[in-house]
Amino acid sequence: MANCLVLTGFGINCENETLTALKLAGAKHAEIVHISEIISGEKRLKNYQFIVFPGGFLDGDDLGSAKVQVNRFRHSLIDRIKRKLSDELMEFVEKDKLVLGICNGFQFMVKLGIIPMINNNGFQQTATLTFNDSNRFEDRWVYLKVNQNSPCIFTNGISQLYLPVRHGEGKFVTSTKVLSEINKLNLYCLQYADEDGEPTMDYPLNPNGSMFSIAGISDKTGRLFGLMPHPEAFVFKTNHPNWTRQEIGEPDGLKIFKNAINYLK
Amino acid sequence: MAWRVVISLKKGITDPRGKSLKDKIGKFLNIKVEDISVNDVFTIDSKLTKTEVELIAKEPFCDPIIQEYKINPELPEDFKYFLEVGFLPGVTDNVGKTAKQSIETLLGKKLPQEDNVYTSQLYCFKGNISKEDVQRIANELLYNQLIQQYHIYSTKDKPSIFIPKVSIKQKPQVVTFNLYELSDEELIKLSKDRLLALNLEELKAIQSFYRKKDFQTKRKQLGLTDEITDVELEAIAQTWSEHCKHKIFNATILYEDENGNKEIIKSLFKTYIKASTEKIRKKRKDDFLVSVFVDNAGVITFNKDWNVVFKVETHNSPSALDPYGGALTGIVGVNRDVLGTGIGAKLIFNTDVFCFANPFYQEKLPPRILHPQRIYDGVVTGVEHGGNKSGIPTINGSIVFDNRYLGKPLVYCGTGGIMPKVINGKKSHEKFINDGDLIVMVGGRIGKDGIHGATFSSEELHEGSPATAVQIGDPITQKKMADFLYKARDLGLYTAITDNGAGGLSSSVGEMSQLSGGCEIELDKAPLKYTGLNPWEILVSESQERMTLAVPTKNIRKFLKLSEKYDVESTVIGKFTKSGYFHVLYNEKTVALLPLDFLHNGLPEMKLTAKFTKSKEPRLILPKIKNYGQMLKDLLSSLNVCSKESVVRRYDHEVQGMSVIKPFVGLKNDGPSDAAVIKPLPESNEGLVISHGICPKFSDYDTYNMAALALDEAIRNAACTGADIGRMACLDNFCWCDPIKSDKNPDGEYKLALLVRANKALYDYTISYGVPCISGKDSMKNDYIMGNLKISIPPTLLFSLIGVIDDVTKTTTMDFKNDGDVIFIAGITKDEIAGSEYCNLLNLKGGKLPEVDAKLNKNIYSKIAKCIRNGLINAAHDCSDGGLAVAISEMAFSGGKGCIIDLSSLPYIGSGREDLMLFSESAGRILFTTSYSNAHKIKQLFKGLPVAQIGKVGYSEYVEIYNGKNIVIKERIDELKYFWQKILKEL
Repeated sequence: MANCLVLTGFGINCENETLTALKLAGAKHAEIVHISEIISGEKRLKNYQFIVFPGGFLDGDDLGSAKVQVNRFRHSLIDRIKRKLSDELMEFVEKDKLVLGICNGFQFMVKLGIIPMINNNGFQQTATLTFNDSNRFEDRWVYLKVNQNSPCIFTNGISQLYLPVRHGEGKFVTSTKVLSEINKLNLYCLQYADEDGEPTMDYPLNPNGSMFSIAGISDKTGRLFGLMPHPEAFVFKTNHPNWTRQEIGEPDGLKIFKNAINYLK
Repeated sequence: MAWRVVISLKKGITDPRGKSLKDKIGKFLNIKVEDISVNDVFTIDSKLTKTEVELIAKEPFCDPIIQEYKINPELPEDFKYFLEVGFLPGVTDNVGKTAKQSIETLLGKKLPQEDNVYTSQLYCFKGNISKEDVQRIANELLYNQLIQQYHIYSTKDKPSIFIPKVSIKQKPQVVTFNLYELSDEELIKLSKDRLLALNLEELKAIQSFYRKKDFQTKRKQLGLTDEITDVELEAIAQTWSEHCKHKIFNATILYEDENGNKEIIKSLFKTYIKASTEKIRKKRKDDFLVSVFVDNAGVITFNKDWNVVFKVETHNSPSALDPYGGALTGIVGVNRDVLGTGIGAKLIFNTDVFCFANPFYQEKLPPRILHPQRIYDGVVTGVEHGGNKSGIPTINGSIVFDNRYLGKPLVYCGTGGIMPKVINGKKSHEKFINDGDLIVMVGGRIGKDGIHGATFSSEELHEGSPATAVQIGDPITQKKMADFLYKARDLGLYTAITDNGAGGLSSSVGEMSQLSGGCEIELDKAPLKYTGLNPWEILVSESQERMTLAVPTKNIRKFLKLSEKYDVESTVIGKFTKSGYFHVLYNEKTVALLPLDFLHNGLPEMKLTAKFTKSKEPRLILPKIKNYGQMLKDLLSSLNVCSKESVVRRYDHEVQGMSVIKPFVGLKNDGPSDAAVIKPLPESNEGLVISHGICPKFSDYDTYNMAALALDEAIRNAACTGADIGRMACLDNFCWCDPIKSDKNPDGEYKLALLVRANKALYDYTISYGVPCISGKDSMKNDYIMGNLKISIPPTLLFSLIGVIDDVTKTTTMDFKNDGDVIFIAGITKDEIAGSEYCNLLNLKGGKLPEVDAKLNKNIYSKIAKCIRNGLINAAHDCSDGGLAVAISEMAFSGGKGCIIDLSSLPYIGSGREDLMLFSESAGRILFTTSYSNAHKIKQLFKGLPVAQIGKVGYSEYVEIYNGKNIVIKERIDELKYFWQKILKEL
């Protein structure tokens, strides 16, 4: 049975609702692990099948979102085995395992180079997430179009999503070369869209001005996935802003976690 | 030498920071700048090699995709002027601190404590602007003299490296004073010079206490003279400060009402606030009230296993000096109150209510006053960072505008928490300390920041207001600390905890000592940000992110180990005793020795007089209004009514995943909800309702009605979501103008009378509603005095409310839902127009003030809430600011549906003027809708009550209001929404 790790510590702040989401999605073994437990070597990534990097403000985003965590993974050694965290993580992603990064966790994955990872030569940052065009942190719900040709296992069988974004640095930026690769390989799983599901660059439907309206991307295998919106923030019907106005079906956020858990079964 | 690393955006990458600054400069300073590029500067004051610095600049400091770095560069080309803004020595530099840590990670070595990274922003300006323009941009937008320094360069200049390193030459010392030799004048001078905020009577009490023989012998034994040490003086001043002791609320007051009837009130707090809660508590048989008025926050029952905690603080004075730092510190400060309640609650929500002057204020500003727009921007950003970075949702709040808040803005910050009723077999709301338990300081280090915060906020803002009173919080240090404390709590590693806020260690240890009966603090053990602090400074410093705990010696190793693991600094700084003394040492020498009893109870009681006179308002003469539609639009776009969405969106109101009813609701998520609803436990549908009421606009008439109306509004807002009055509790936060008569404050007795009347209302109405106060705070010196100019805030009382509900799925929102739904109004509309937004808009004073009929309202609210829970009501909305017309419009455009209303069926008592029916702000009114099929049932249920069907929803794009046959208002809903949204949209 799949063993799920939800990382916390040093500014991560969505770990509890992320754990709740995993449990609601059917995860039997899911636990919150503090980054210090990884660094000390008490907990080893290799003992898990699914790692979630939740949202938050890692180290206050003081040097730019998730930058310090990237630095931590690249350079700190695991006490007991004197091995770099990033190597431990690389070994993890090479196996048939899952990684999900949400908001701050997405920023971390992109800046460390876990995704899009177009060329298979280790973690290399090829894109980034930077200040919203509005230059403001904003909490608002957005419509998302799911790329039907994407390999992403998390968005499998979903065509549209309605989820909240809560960030100040969510604008996806990369080189034209990388962007065309992302297009060619259909690694853009999610795009900010209008109510009819058409991708858009119009604020506030596209809350940050992301290139190609990108809200989430995956690697080529579809096992490594990151997104700015918060699926864990819509796992109860009453999370939906309009639940007092209309019937709400299965919460969109839950679908993403269920896909992951079912894949691991 | 120091390295200067400059990070800038690559060519072709848009610069949102530069762009929004450019817009701001255009909007608020009318200066046209062609282009601005914002660069981040890291000044690394450490002996590192070029290669090391390259590595640092390249990796943690720079984003290779969009940024580039330069080391010790010239100023960039093709810009005209440059402005670099950095911090003053000793001001918290969070980014700098994080930068240092990441260097240590990268290089795999620790840097010396005195080595630091200092950050600054380099703004590069293009376009036809002068050096004077840049000067103005600095002074009016980017730089605050209390915490920052700046340089302006032009193209040719060499950038100067500035290193705001704290260097204190003098060695730490203890000064003593021989009080007996000081005359009254000298005593007062001593208090003024040292910002002690002690009055003569208090100083004399200290003077005579130091004459006590037994006390003198005890001092000799420990190597002290009869002279008072500065450490003792500061400790007493802090403990006795208005901020900490609430002297005015505990004073004996001779009150005379408008008819000359006199009465003696022994403590407003005991007589009205505490007494009403006790009375309510006796009435009810349950355990709803768990802990009230004894701890840092109030504690009530959530369900059989959990308690909830709620506290609201104000942080006005610091926010006036540095809006960002002041507000940020306000929110992380109140977080610590809840973290320090019982043995610690988990933080689950924040609230914020601000009172500002008009952000579009045009006139010339008095000295030391920041422009209201800058206060607005700074405070909002401060709360944004404080809440969002801590991972606590900001779920409820409001902004009140009145130009008398120019001298002191009000910043109310609230926090709620949740904790298991029992942890490790002990009641979680109780603290225990035994003789010998260790005093442990957890969190940040101590610097000069925030020294005299407690005493300074007990004075008006004046020429000598100290810059050191300003602090900047660090949410992440505190988040790490909170994560650690939750863990330590559940492992049972400590037995008591409280926060270091106003008064620092002096206050926290001083208060905790009462549990064991004494303490012994070793100040030299306390970790400092830099050397050279005097013992008294270490004791009263208000440096942020610190908690004080009592840890049994048997747990200390485990505690410190866990602390290290969570990257939190914890230090043993002494032990609790039962000596009866507040005993402070520095390098093994006693520097303060004060009997706990004297420290906490030696304060002479204050005696004050209050005199109320009903102000004779001119008879109100209302003009003839031709176009009610236009009047409605003007009201919708008035500052106190209009949408605050541009602010609220900046707060994360959904983190932790509990959100049920959000600040903005309706078809397009842009309608103003009456209250927040959250679901704290994933496994249960039980929930909390959070609302508030505040209406200082009525204080000019009578604070008795003002207080009643504020409470009524808070309860009504909660009831509109379906909350049951029987399970509500509230918090009172008084912000007053100086109520003590003096030469500079001649009308003090009247202002005190206003305070008395507000308290009388609090007593009367909390009892008649059965909604008790469980905690509160007062801030009594919200005046600005500069030379002969004096600005006093209107007496302001905030009621914050927390309600417990069984099922969050049985609540509703304020937006119209379905075409054909029937619209009802509950409550009687009267010609109560005094203080209304309508009169404010027309600049009219006088008229009749709204009054609260608690008995009737309670009955109506309870019935409506019950109907909501039973699914009979589809929408409910509080009818207050702007009156009926505004409330109806909000329901309509929020639901995206028009409506037809007939005023002739309105429960109304009055002259029959249509403007009064539309815009009166009579209390106790709720608008609600029900399906056509349920309308009859509703009528039956509300038989005999002033509840009437006044219209129906939908089938049109218009709000149409008739009075019988004649049409009074017909406006498109999208038009009304436009006016409601436009004013603060861009701010």
